[in-house]
Amino acid sequence: MGGTRRSFLRLAASAAIVATAVATGLTRSREVWAQVWNKSGFEAKAVAEALRSLGAANATDSKDIVITAPDIAENGAVVPVEVTSRIPGTESISIIAEKNPFPLVATMELASGSEPYTYVRIKMGETSNVRVVVKADGRFYTAAKEVKVTIGGCG
Amino acid sequence: MAEPMKIRATVKGDVADIRVLIAHPMETGQRRDAKGELVPQHFIQSIVVTYNGKTVYTGQWSQAVSRNPVFAVRVRGAKAGDKVSVTWVDNKGDRRTDEKTVDAA
Repeated sequence: MGGTRRSFLRLAASAAIVATAVATGLTRSREVWAQVWNKSGFEAKAVAEALRSLGAANATDSKDIVITAPDIAENGAVVPVEVTSRIPGTESISIIAEKNPFPLVATMELASGSEPYTYVRIKMGETSNVRVVVKADGRFYTAAKEVKVTIGGCG
Repeated sequence: MAEPMKIRATVKGDVADIRVLIAHPMETGQRRDAKGELVPQHFIQSIVVTYNGKTVYTGQWSQAVSRNPVFAVRVRGAKAGDKVSVTWVDNKGDRRTDEKTVDAA
């Protein structure tokens, strides 16, 4: 009888430890996720503000950023954007649809094992430049391509 | 629970081409439903791709990524049999992880 009680207590104690570990683990990972997301950038309504949030206010124009996007997008809800950077040491690629209500669309951080390449489908409210900002060796480079949108995709 | 992602990973030369399709509404918060009420924002904020356990891609997305997002990553030094894992988290805290083994092209 006593033995059962002891083992029950031991079991309860270890269960509590596991529960605490799981709980702290979860909260910690949620904090990390929250920190990673560039809230001020994504809520910026002006392109200049979005660029500042990336630290890219003084980005240099570069011909080594290749943006592949349609000249005319019939459906603004699905605009495929493909970016290849030929700048050595490319660390991240950000995409900005200049006339969207919130221009900053996405930032992709690429570890050294991955190619300086990204592809994503975005929404565009109206005809505007798609601006790409590349961070390479701590410096910022930018290029843009105009996409004409027939039907906006924000509504 | 969210639907599984569709992941395609093929290796050409030593570069793995990883394409992912996620089923997600990506609501902008600007669209109105049939009753004229705004549909609340619901979109993927963070997305992480690991390759053989090493993080190769960390994406921060806004609501302006298209519905049912499609994106691609290319990884160097790849070979068939390598392991790809993709995790997303949306603004409501929903998350999903899926894994795929790289196929020969």
